[in-house]
Amino acid sequence: MGVEVRVEGLTKSFGRANIWSDVTLTLPPGEISVLLGPSGTGKSVFLKTLIGLLKPDRGSIFIHETDLVRCSESRLYELRKLFGVLFQDGALFGSMTVYDNIAFPLREHTKLSEAAIRDIVMEKMHLVGLEGSEHKLPGEISGGMRKRAGLARAMVLEPEIILFDEPDSGLDPVRTAYLNQLIIDLNAQTDATFLIVTHDINSAQTVPDNIGMLYRRHLAMFGPREVLLTSDDPVVSQFLNGRRQGPIGMSEEKDSAQAEREMAEIPGELEGVPPLKPQLVPSPGLPERKAVARRQARVDAIMHTLPKAAQDAIRASREATAQAERRAGRTPVAAYPSGYADGPTERLNPVDGGEPPQPGRHRI
Amino acid sequence: MSAPTIVTRALTPVGKFFLLALEIARMTVKGPFQWREYIEQTWFVTKVSALPTALFTIPFGATIALLLAELTRQFGAQSQTGAGSVLAIVQQAAPIVTALLISGAGGSAVCADLGARTIREEIAAMEVLGISPIQRLVVPRVLAMATTAVVLNGLATVVGVAGGYYFNVVVQGGTPGAYIASFSAIAQVSDILVSELKAVLFGLAAGVVAAYRGLNPPPGAKGVGDAVNQAVVISFVLVFLINLVITALYLQIVPPKGS
Ligand SMILES: Nc1ncnc2c1ncn2[C@@H]1O[C@H](COP(=O)(O)OP(=O)(O)OP(=O)(O)O)[C@@H](O)[C@H]1O
Ligand SMILES: [Mg+2]
Repeated sequence: MGVEVRVEGLTKSFGRANIWSDVTLTLPPGEISVLLGPSGTGKSVFLKTLIGLLKPDRGSIFIHETDLVRCSESRLYELRKLFGVLFQDGALFGSMTVYDNIAFPLREHTKLSEAAIRDIVMEKMHLVGLEGSEHKLPGEISGGMRKRAGLARAMVLEPEIILFDEPDSGLDPVRTAYLNQLIIDLNAQTDATFLIVTHDINSAQTVPDNIGMLYRRHLAMFGPREVLLTSDDPVVSQFLNGRRQGPIGMSEEKDSAQAEREMAEIPGELEGVPPLKPQLVPSPGLPERKAVARRQARVDAIMHTLPKAAQDAIRASREATAQAERRAGRTPVAAYPSGYADGPTERLNPVDGGEPPQPGRHRI
Repeated sequence: MSAPTIVTRALTPVGKFFLLALEIARMTVKGPFQWREYIEQTWFVTKVSALPTALFTIPFGATIALLLAELTRQFGAQSQTGAGSVLAIVQQAAPIVTALLISGAGGSAVCADLGARTIREEIAAMEVLGISPIQRLVVPRVLAMATTAVVLNGLATVVGVAGGYYFNVVVQGGTPGAYIASFSAIAQVSDILVSELKAVLFGLAAGVVAAYRGLNPPPGAKGVGDAVNQAVVISFVLVFLINLVITALYLQIVPPKGS
């Protein structure tokens, strides 16, 4: 099962410039969370703080009951092995080929033979649709391909927490759709905890279990996806509709007079948030996401605290998910029987080189 | 956290610089040492700085030879020209040329390389993969700079002395025998040793400065360019300071030959 990440009262400034303060949230184990926010609100900074690359001014990040902010250097290196990170531009090593980039973590941290490494690397390259590019240098492939190679490298050690910084920027819509399905399928196979930063509204609507939004130096919201997707907050609906009219300006905030003037220009009612879309389910042939049942129990416990619209949306999306699960040839979560057609997928352990076949590979 | 005062803000980079230097020293001792990277980098840094060093030293050596020949002629001590120019080249000219080129050519190349890697987040990615970029990238580069500095210093000495000889004997019509006899009268082995010691220190200092600026470039697209620029200026200043201190110490500790 994935690891829970508990963030408490996190505050970060660069010199005098405060980026965000008092960010408190919990990434539930094995669930997929999305972090939204206008450009420059510090989403990338948040991801880097989570893995200890940047030191926050205040606050704590708990993983396995260790506070990552205050632990020793050696413990930090230990904890980092739990993470896989896809950086915004892929962050491939420019002097190594794509193949060597993906093989790098295996060569550093395992004692696998070159043949075993080759199998794993080729499998991951196939998963992200990069066959044939193994001998190219990062400078010789497109931005989208670099991103996919970065994803393959992030996954190669089978991390328990995967952070994605805009996995879909620079990808075309079709590749984005494949990538979103790949993320869901990966989550079903590994049950790792995912945190995704994205600007793609469609991805935000269809991929995550939870959504958070950074705005005005604070975490404006974090909770089950339905809460944000049905929110009547003007910031949220402006962002989800991708329109100019609303509180968000070109450089983050505008003054309220201007915002009102613009609102008045629009004839008729401003539309609210877009209609809720169903969440993606794993491809046929894959096991169900184990996080779904856990999340259901978790959300049931807080259901009474949620707004009415969110409660309705949660019930509606459960129904939609159940239907999609049946279409994919699985028994929906409610009953949650054990023993699927191909049994629950074991996690790969790179050290002993055990490598169960992964069903349902995709090309991106 | 209280607002940082001007003093703490000014001293923070200095502290960070020394922390980096300590970390580099620690990682050098701790290992495992990256031989391949070290050899590649030594070759790379030598490649970018050897030719400029040679080209720089020829006119520099000639200038010194001309000046000294003129000066010694006025004192009626032409026979000592060889001694004077060798001393000037070994003790000062060669190390200064080395300092200029190891910071200007070698340091800027290393800083630009590390800076580009930082901007591309390669450094961050390496840390996340649990591998120390200091041990992996910085230590081999700093040691490569030191090695190259020694090589450059040797090169500058040879080219400088040869150039001085050529100007003194061929151009100004001095006697070869007097030239050679005079410099063994006044030059000593410790001159060469100190000259090479200086070169090592220059290489290390320029290497750490290049690494520091390369790993902490100012944000933005212009960042790496600014970082390289600053690295070169800072290492010039630092390297000339080291030169001053060592020269002063050397003249105090080792008495000049023949006095
Ligand atoms: N190392 C740094 N030093 C100083 N300021 C920084 C640093 N890194 C980021 N910032 C500042 O922090 C703010 C947030 O940056 P960040 O890259 O996290 O934005 P973002 O939310 O990821 O934006 P985008 O969606 O465009 O990627 C920016 O104003 C940036 O200038
Ligand atoms: Mg970003």
